[in-house]
Amino acid sequence: MRPLPELTPENTAFWTGGAEGKLMIAFCGDCAHAIHPSQLICPKCWSDKVESRAVPGTGTVYTYTVNHQPWMPDMPVPFALAVVDIDGAPGVRVTAEVVNADPESIAIGQKMKVSFFNIDDIWFPQWEPAQ
Amino acid sequence: MTLNAAITGVGMSDIGRKTNRPAMIHLAEAARRALECAGLTRDDIDGISTYPGKADNSPGMSPLGTGEVRNALGLKTRWHSAVPDGPSQMAPIQVAAMAVATGQARHVLCFRALTESSSQTATQRASIPGAGRARLGGWYSYLVPANAMSASNWAGWMAQRYFHEYGMTREHLGLVATGQRAFAQHNPSAVMRTPLTMDDYLGARMISSPLGLFDCDVPIDGACVVIVSAADAAKDCARAPLTIEAMGAALGSQETWDQRADLTTMGAHDSAADMWKRTDLKPADVDVLGLYDGFSIFVPFWLEAMGFCGHGEAKDFIAEGNIGPGGRFPVNTGGGQLSGGRLHGFGLLHEVCTQLWGQADGRQVEGAKIGACGMGGGFIAGSMLLRRD
Repeated sequence: MRPLPELTPENTAFWTGGAEGKLMIAFCGDCAHAIHPSQLICPKCWSDKVESRAVPGTGTVYTYTVNHQPWMPDMPVPFALAVVDIDGAPGVRVTAEVVNADPESIAIGQKMKVSFFNIDDIWFPQWEPAQ
Repeated sequence: MTLNAAITGVGMSDIGRKTNRPAMIHLAEAARRALECAGLTRDDIDGISTYPGKADNSPGMSPLGTGEVRNALGLKTRWHSAVPDGPSQMAPIQVAAMAVATGQARHVLCFRALTESSSQTATQRASIPGAGRARLGGWYSYLVPANAMSASNWAGWMAQRYFHEYGMTREHLGLVATGQRAFAQHNPSAVMRTPLTMDDYLGARMISSPLGLFDCDVPIDGACVVIVSAADAAKDCARAPLTIEAMGAALGSQETWDQRADLTTMGAHDSAADMWKRTDLKPADVDVLGLYDGFSIFVPFWLEAMGFCGHGEAKDFIAEGNIGPGGRFPVNTGGGQLSGGRLHGFGLLHEVCTQLWGQADGRQVEGAKIGACGMGGGFIAGSMLLRRD
């Protein structure tokens, strides 16, 4: 089984927002800078008023790869991983597995939308083509 | 601006796959060879430096720390250091250079030991951070749990973007892999020495597109030692000192593999640019290169980072034959990690030093005097320029 992320004060919103179907990204409450991976301090202005809020859950493929190697014995392959420039949070990319699409059909510039799947207390974002 | 520091000896153990030899045996063998190379004895060593220190964050990644190596070799040191968060696998060499330049030590034994080959099992793959752990923290907690487990995935998506922007194809990376294999045929210590054709390369199975099997380096068991000496102490050594002309450690982006604004560049670009600010030498002065090739795609990235060609031009630079045997800027002349085995950059530096001392039998770059070395991929990067006077 895949390892799970350790939940921390700064990353809990990101990893659990999927329970409500929301892609949660951290923003600075003072300067509005989008912060990912999320952290307790804004790297731009050092404010500690960092808060997470839902973004639309859509974005554009910046790049991708199709993984063919089973890194764990129970890992089904192939699958695509997409690095997606997300809407509503400038400069932030969310990297996740692609579902509901032929891995070989993924292309740079493609529009994607998020969905989630749950293991234990973690809701993993995953991407699928928006249309 | 030359540092008052030089490399005076290098040594590599008999590396291999599944050697069934403990890390310490490899380390002691490499240390013995490095001391012999430098004309030093154990008692001359007064500093020790490594990356990352003893670590179990992936299987066989770093079985030895400074403590047990000091114990095993009976070293009495004035200075010791292990650097997990520095500028790449080169960090222990850079900090050793600063240590000798500031008088903290005179001769520092820098080491890297790995047992990634013999530590691998079906469920514990080499270079899968956090393998076997229930919960992950840190930068890879956004990648590994998302099934982006391997650096081949991270390098794969960088390569995909680069291909998209600059028209590189798998054949260009094939020239890197086959060229380094051609070099490896003249290096008895390389783990992969049988000829590799472009058809072999293109026909091999895909790992993480666009990277196939021969775009990935080879996990091995082995150790490498590099001795860094103060400039005045280096004069007493057996060989011409290889002066550290300049180093670079700059990093302008986050500790991530996916957030850097332009993923057709990497930390290498920051560190190499900073290195060139500290020297009057130019890329055209360089005779031989050791560029990190954990994946073939890092070679064109490093070529551009170091300024051997412009951004987006590496594919033509490679296709013109610049980096292979007989090229103007030969890269990884011992076969690199793709054919030589993954010594995490130390092997590449070992080869550059061997070239500068004129002892790379069968693959010697005639008259090599200036060497450039770049280690690391993604946000991990360190650069160094060496000069034999």
